[in-house]
Amino acid sequence: MKWTKRVVKHVIEGLFTLSGGVTSLAILLIVVFLFKEGTGLFSSPVLERGYTLCVNAANPVECLDARQIKQLFDGEITEWQEVGGKEGEIVLFRFEEVFSLYGEEELGEEYALLPRRLEEIVAKTPGIIAFLPDEYLPAGEEIVKRLVAGNISPAQFFGGGEWQPTAGPAPRFGVLPLILGTLWVSLFAIFLALVPGLGVAVYLAELADDRTRQWLKPMIELLAGIPSVVYGFFGLVVLVPLIQRVFDLPVGESALAGSVVLAIMALPTIITIAEDAMRGAPRALREASLALGATHWQTIYRVVIPCASSGITAAAVLGIGRAVGETMAVLMVTGNAAVMPRSLFEPVRTIPATIAAELGEAPAGGTHYQALFLLGCILFAITLVINLSAEVIATRKQGKGLGV
Amino acid sequence: MIETKNVDFYYAGFHALKDISIRMESRTVTALIGPSGCGKSTFLRLFNRMNDLIDDTRVSGECLIDGEDIYHKSVAVDELRKRVGMVFQKPNPFPKSIFENVAYGLRVNDVRDKSFIACRVEASLRAAALWEEVKDKLRKSAFALSGGQQQRLCIARALAVSPSVLLMDEPASALDPISTSKIEELIADLKRDYTIVIVTHNMQQAARVSDKTGFFMMGELVEFGDTRMIFSDPLKEQTRNYVTGRFG
Repeated sequence: MKWTKRVVKHVIEGLFTLSGGVTSLAILLIVVFLFKEGTGLFSSPVLERGYTLCVNAANPVECLDARQIKQLFDGEITEWQEVGGKEGEIVLFRFEEVFSLYGEEELGEEYALLPRRLEEIVAKTPGIIAFLPDEYLPAGEEIVKRLVAGNISPAQFFGGGEWQPTAGPAPRFGVLPLILGTLWVSLFAIFLALVPGLGVAVYLAELADDRTRQWLKPMIELLAGIPSVVYGFFGLVVLVPLIQRVFDLPVGESALAGSVVLAIMALPTIITIAEDAMRGAPRALREASLALGATHWQTIYRVVIPCASSGITAAAVLGIGRAVGETMAVLMVTGNAAVMPRSLFEPVRTIPATIAAELGEAPAGGTHYQALFLLGCILFAITLVINLSAEVIATRKQGKGLGV
Repeated sequence: MIETKNVDFYYAGFHALKDISIRMESRTVTALIGPSGCGKSTFLRLFNRMNDLIDDTRVSGECLIDGEDIYHKSVAVDELRKRVGMVFQKPNPFPKSIFENVAYGLRVNDVRDKSFIACRVEASLRAAALWEEVKDKLRKSAFALSGGQQQRLCIARALAVSPSVLLMDEPASALDPISTSKIEELIADLKRDYTIVIVTHNMQQAARVSDKTGFFMMGELVEFGDTRMIFSDPLKEQTRNYVTGRFG
């Protein structure tokens, strides 16, 4: 009897330890996977994989960066001088054009003669820049010089202001507008949610009678359980047209719409945590205040709120955390233009929305795919910082915010 | 002067105080003794209406301070509490500076005059026999004080709003003997200016500090009279058993 009990105890303890270990391991694996997929980006070339930029061997230009390549192919740079070459007009040549210049016969069987034809083209056009697949690249460097495009640099990635992951021949992965868009929408959401959230928390913790609290509290908690796509739907159908009409905008999908939806979504978090913090204000201090002739309101703002200040701050920070990671609702109402956020009334794009919208179209293992994973890493880092700071604030010694 | 006439008190269905009539003169110390749960704390909290904070309570009968029924509709509870100060069982200073603790009652009273506040704070700390110990660290947190000092700070805090009555709910039960004796000396001093009602578990303390003693049991005031008489020659058998330690 005695030993069976002991065995059962050990087995149960073992199971608990195991489940804890498995959970930690799973989390660790996810993080490792995220970073492994993401950091591969910085060893990828700026150009689309499998392609090379070539110029005439007489051209002194040796390398171009992603920005120059894009401007070049967009027609914003038309002279070689502008990128450090000799005088002369830039002639763009895309691989597909070869099929309109040469007939099937001239290209040979299974395109065996294609490299030679390409060589001819480059040789007779001194100002050419050709975007060619490695497969058909002319051999030898005497006539056709290959340009060094370099790898995608962290500076370009984190500091870049343009997110054009499918642009050819050199996609742009500047995540700054996405990071700023995320923070912009989230912070304004908290700004919107904080005052009503704290108001409801004060009401629930201090003013509401038991019966009101009994139905109001579950209602608020229910708000946290509504799927985010439903919030997004609500935002799209109700908020977006409303904002468009009220502010007289060309489109209602804007940062403001995202912020309002996120504010509603963050409310339950803020209310619940702030209310708990206020309830946690010591009864003895409350009584001391009242016994000195302070009114209920004076007690609330002189004792209860200062005592709960760290909990209230934690509530706000966790609310931001919830907003930063939110995907679906934001995707549906913010308009998703990857531009630097300038006002609340313009479309913005957030990190989670970008990942959700683009991962399906990005070929696995490609640079776009890696860039999206790296975005995931950034999001992970942001929410980690937010959660850690919430933890630090919440465990800070009580009453520190009282202005002693 | 504090007076109750046929006061009954109920927590929801529980009859906590039964038909209590008592009369406490101004500038005296009245001790309330009795076993735990006898209703003495509830009785004490009648006088600054702290019981109002508990839901589902009911009071009947008359409760008079200086002839005024404090449960009358026209009485503002926060005004009443300025006249009837309270010191709690455990020292409960605010997480603020020593100065701000004492000034709290003035600030919630909309007193803005800084020199007046400083003056009252000093006077209150002197009255609570704490001034000499804290005069150089008024801006320090109240938590830096010892338990006994914190309790005297709480007394000073109560005195700052110039009450006429001071209610003390086992003010020394969380303190060491030296701090306790300081509080007792203080009570003897304060008696000159305030009407003091003190709840205590400590029979010797009641005997040392009070002029009159009331013995409570099961929500009833069993006996009320001169302290000396209660402890030497009580009228009731129950009182004798309790004060001699044969019960409770």
